Amino acid sequence: MQFMLLFSRQGKLRLQKWYVPLSDKEKKKITRELVQTVLARKPKMCSFLEWRDLKIVYKRYASLYFCCAIEDQDNELITLEIIHRYVELLDKYFGSVCELDIIFNFEKAYFILDEFLLGGEAQETSKKNVLKAIEQADLLQENLDFQIRLLPAGVLSPNISSESTGLFQS
Amino acid sequence: MPAPIRLRELIRTIRTARTQAEEREMIQKECAAIRSSFREEDNTYRCRNVAKLLYMHMLGYPAHFGQLECLKLIASQKFTDKRIGYLGAMLLLDERQDVHLLMTNCIKNDLNHSTQYVQGLSLCTLGCMGSSEMCRDLAGEVEKLLKTSNSYLRKKAALCAVHVIRKVPELMEMFLPATKNLLSEKNHGVLHTSVVLLTEMCERSPDMLSHFRKLVPQLVRILKNLIMSGYSPEHDVSGISDPFLQVRILRLLRILGKGDDDSSEAMNDILAQVATNTETSKNVGNAILYETVLTIMDIKSESGLRVLAINILGRFLLNNDKNIRYVALTSLLKTVQTDHNAVQRHRSTIVDCLKDLDVSIKRRAMELSFALVNGNNIRGMMKELLYFLDSCDPDFKADCASGIFLAAEKYAPSKRWHIDTIMRVLTTAGSYVRDDSVPNLIQLITNSVEMHAYTVQRLYKALLDDISQQPLVQVASWCIGEYGDLLVSGQCEEEEPIQVSEDEVLDVLEGLLVSNLSTPVTRAYSLTAIMKLSTRFSSVNRIKKVVSIYGSSIDVELQQRAVEYNALFKKYDHMRPALLERMPIMEKTASNGPTDIVQTNGETDSTILDTKHLPNITQPASQANDLLDLLGGNDVVPVIQTTVPTKPASAGGELLDLLGDLSLTGGPTPTPAPSVPMSQPSFLLDGLTSQPLFNDIAAVIPPMTAYNKNGLKIEFTFERSNPNPNIAVITIHATNSSEADMTEFVFQAAVPKTFQLQLLSPSSNVVPALNQGSVTQVIRVLNPQKQQLRMRIKLTYTHKGSPVQDLAEVNNFPPQSWQ
Repeated sequence: MQFMLLFSRQGKLRLQKWYVPLSDKEKKKITRELVQTVLARKPKMCSFLEWRDLKIVYKRYASLYFCCAIEDQDNELITLEIIHRYVELLDKYFGSVCELDIIFNFEKAYFILDEFLLGGEAQETSKKNVLKAIEQADLLQENLDFQIRLLPAGVLSPNISSESTGLFQS
Repeated sequence: MPAPIRLRELIRTIRTARTQAEEREMIQKECAAIRSSFREEDNTYRCRNVAKLLYMHMLGYPAHFGQLECLKLIASQKFTDKRIGYLGAMLLLDERQDVHLLMTNCIKNDLNHSTQYVQGLSLCTLGCMGSSEMCRDLAGEVEKLLKTSNSYLRKKAALCAVHVIRKVPELMEMFLPATKNLLSEKNHGVLHTSVVLLTEMCERSPDMLSHFRKLVPQLVRILKNLIMSGYSPEHDVSGISDPFLQVRILRLLRILGKGDDDSSEAMNDILAQVATNTETSKNVGNAILYETVLTIMDIKSESGLRVLAINILGRFLLNNDKNIRYVALTSLLKTVQTDHNAVQRHRSTIVDCLKDLDVSIKRRAMELSFALVNGNNIRGMMKELLYFLDSCDPDFKADCASGIFLAAEKYAPSKRWHIDTIMRVLTTAGSYVRDDSVPNLIQLITNSVEMHAYTVQRLYKALLDDISQQPLVQVASWCIGEYGDLLVSGQCEEEEPIQVSEDEVLDVLEGLLVSNLSTPVTRAYSLTAIMKLSTRFSSVNRIKKVVSIYGSSIDVELQQRAVEYNALFKKYDHMRPALLERMPIMEKTASNGPTDIVQTNGETDSTILDTKHLPNITQPASQANDLLDLLGGNDVVPVIQTTVPTKPASAGGELLDLLGDLSLTGGPTPTPAPSVPMSQPSFLLDGLTSQPLFNDIAAVIPPMTAYNKNGLKIEFTFERSNPNPNIAVITIHATNSSEADMTEFVFQAAVPKTFQLQLLSPSSNVVPALNQGSVTQVIRVLNPQKQQLRMRIKLTYTHKGSPVQDLAEVNNFPPQSWQ
C-alpha cells in the first residue's frame, strides 16, 4: 500500500497515512485530486479505479470514505478486507464507532492503524491481538503518567450530524 | 501563563467556526500560543501542544515549527510523549526534512528499550518512513530483533526489514540468516510478515528466489493447515481462516513456481484444493480465489488446472458484485493471450459487460472484446462494438474507434463490410477518430477498387448530413476529389445510385471551404479535391474561379495551394491531366515499430498529412525533380502509419505486453514522402545538375551525336522515365575541340507541334577549349503520340571575339528514344 486516506463526504480529511516519501505539496495535490475523483463516483460503481499509475480501492462507511492506493501486484479484493478489518478494529475500540470518534480521537485512530499495518502491509491478522496491544499501550500511558487520561469513547458535540452515525450503519 | 487548552477543547472550538476565515483566525491564535509555549521549553505541556499541532496540520495548516518538538518528545522518557512524538515524526518528519536524521539516535535507543511497546513504536516509525541513511545505520538492530523470540517484536521487525530492503537493496543479504526459522512460527502475525519479507526478497533477487524455492513444501503445508483446520475464532473471517495469510502465501507460491516445473508441480494439488473448496458467497472467499487464479495462470500448471481457473473467472463474470466482475475482466485480459480458446467461451458474458454502467468495467470489457475478435466472430462482435461506440463516453471513443479499425482491417469478411464499418465509425464517432487514421482509411479505400463508386456515394451522403466531424469530412473530400466522376455518372453496383450533378458536388466542397466547422487541414483537403475535379468534371470555369479566389486567402496553406493551382491552369494546363490523374494503389509499408504497447496518442502532426498529399498536386513549374518523382511513382509511396491508442493504466505485468501483438501494433513515424516541401514556386530554374534524375532507368538507349561543326560537338544521351514512357530525357553534352573557349554559349531547341519540350538550365555557358570540359543541359520531351522525334536546334556563342550562330536539324534519334 502506498497511502491511505480517510475523508468525509464534504471532502474533509480525517486521517492520512503515507507509506511513500512525498513532499507536502505533492501530498496535498494528490489528496485534493483523489478526493474529488472518489466523491464524483456514483454509489453503484465498483470500488476500484485506476488513477495515475496506481490502483485505488475505496469504500464508504456511513459518512466516511476509506481510500487506499495499492500497487499493481496487490490484490484489490483483499485490500477491501483490510479496510473492513480496520473499521472493525475502530468499532471494537470505540464501541460503535462514528466519524466524530475519529475526529476527536484522531491520534488513537492512528495508533490503532499503526498496530494493524506497518509499512503498508498487515502486521497482525488477529483482531484480538491488535486490540490487546492497544489496550496494553493505553494502560502503559495511564500508569506511567497521570497527565493525559483516557477519555470515554465518543465525545459528542451538541448537534447531531452525520458524523455521529455509526460507521457500520450505512 | 495559563495551561494550554486541551486537544479536545481545541477541536471542539475549531469546529464551531462558521467560515474559513474564522477558522483561520482561531488556528493562528492557537499557533501563536503553542509557539510561545515551545519557546519556553515547557516539558509538561509539550505533548498536548504537539497533538494540537498535528490536528491543525491535518486541516491543512503549516506545522513545521513543531518538528523539533517531536524530536524532544521522542527523546522523553514518558510513554505518552513518545507515542505522540513518534506520531508527529511520521506525519511531519519525512525524509525530505533536514532534521529527519536527528531521529536516528533516539530510534536506536528505543529499539533496545526495555518496554516492548516502545520498541514497537520505533520499529513502526522506522518501517514506515526511515530514510536510506537511517536504514543503513539501524539495519543491524532490526536484524537482531528479527531473531528475537518475542513474536510481537518479531513481526514488526520483519516488516521493518522489508522497508530497509526497499530503501537499501544491498542490505538484503544481511537478513538472510534470520529468515531461516521464520516459517516455523506458530504465530500468524509473524507468519504473515515473514511471507511478506520472503516475497520482497524473492522479487528483488533471482538468487534469493532459487534459494527459497525449497520452502515450497513448507508453504504448501501451512496453506493446507489453514484450509483444513477447523474453526479458529481468532483468525476467522466469514468462515475462512486467516484469508490475509492465505493470500500472501498464494502470492509467494506464484513467485516461486513461475518458470519452475518442480515447484509448480508441488503446488498443483493445493491450488486445486483451494480453488474448489473456498466458499464464494462473500468477498473474502473471492479474494482468495482471485489470488489462486493469478497463481495458476502464472506458474507452469497443468491444463486442467488452467481450465479450472478460467472457469472461476467465468463465474466471477456472472457475479452480482461489480468488484468481482471488474477483477475477473482484469484477469481475463492477462490470460487471453495464452489461453485464448478458454476465454472465448465466455465471450458473450464479456460483451454484455460492455453495457455495464461502471466506467472501469466498460473499459476492461472493451479491451477484452478487442482481444477476442477473430475471423469467426467478427461480424457479431463488430455489431456489439459499434453499438458500444455509439453510446460510450467520449474518453472511450478514440480508443474504441482505433480498435475497431484495427480489427476490421485484420478480419474483414468482405470489402463492402469493411467500408461500411468504416463509414459507421466515421459517422458516429467521426470527431474522435485519431488524425492519423485518415491516411489509413484513404489507403484502404484506394485499394478497394471495385468499391470506389459505392464508397464515394456513401461518403457524399454522409457529408450532406453532417460536416462537423473532421476526419469524416477529410476522407470524404479526398474521395470526392478522386472519384467525383463516378459519383456524378451515377454508377453504383452495391446500392441504388444517387443522382447528383457536378454543381451540387462543387457546392458541397465549397461549403466545406467556407464553413466555420472546418479546420485548416480540412479546408486544404477540399481545395485539393476541387482542383482534382477539374480534370474529372466539365465545369472547369467554376473551379478556376474558386481556385483564384483562394489565391488571396489569409490561410497561408490555402493561399499557396490556390496560387499553384492557378499557375497550373494558366501556364501548365497541358500538364494538368497528368498531374491530377487517379492515384495508384498505395503500398502499405511494413510496420517496423515495436509491438509492445506504446503510449502514443495521435502523434502525427499535420505536416506529414500535408506532404502526403503533395505528391498528388505539386508545384507545376519548379524543380524538375519533383515533376519526375511524382510521375515516377515508385519513389513516392505515401507511408501509412498505424497507431496505438493510449493504453489505460491497467494492471500490467509482463503478461499484458503480449496483448500488443494481437490487437494493437505500434507504428513507426512515417518517412515523409520524398516530394518537395512547400517552397515558393520558382519559375526561374536554378542550376540543376545534369545527372539523371531518377533511378528507374528503362532500357539503355544509345547516345548520338546531334551536331558537330567548327569544333563544337553536341552529343545527346537518353533516358526514359519508366512509369511514363511518353517522356524522354535528353542530356546534351557540348564539347569544344578548338583552341579558344566558346563563351556565352546558348543552346536552344524546338520540336514539332505534337511534342512538348522543356529545357532546363545549362551547367554553364562557357564551353572550354580543347575538350577540357563540357557544358551539359537537360531537355525533357513529352511525346504522347509517340511520333518520331525530330528537333531543330539553334546555337549561339562567342568564339574568338566574334558571335557565332547556327541552326541545325536533328533527325537521327534512335527509335528507342521515342517509341
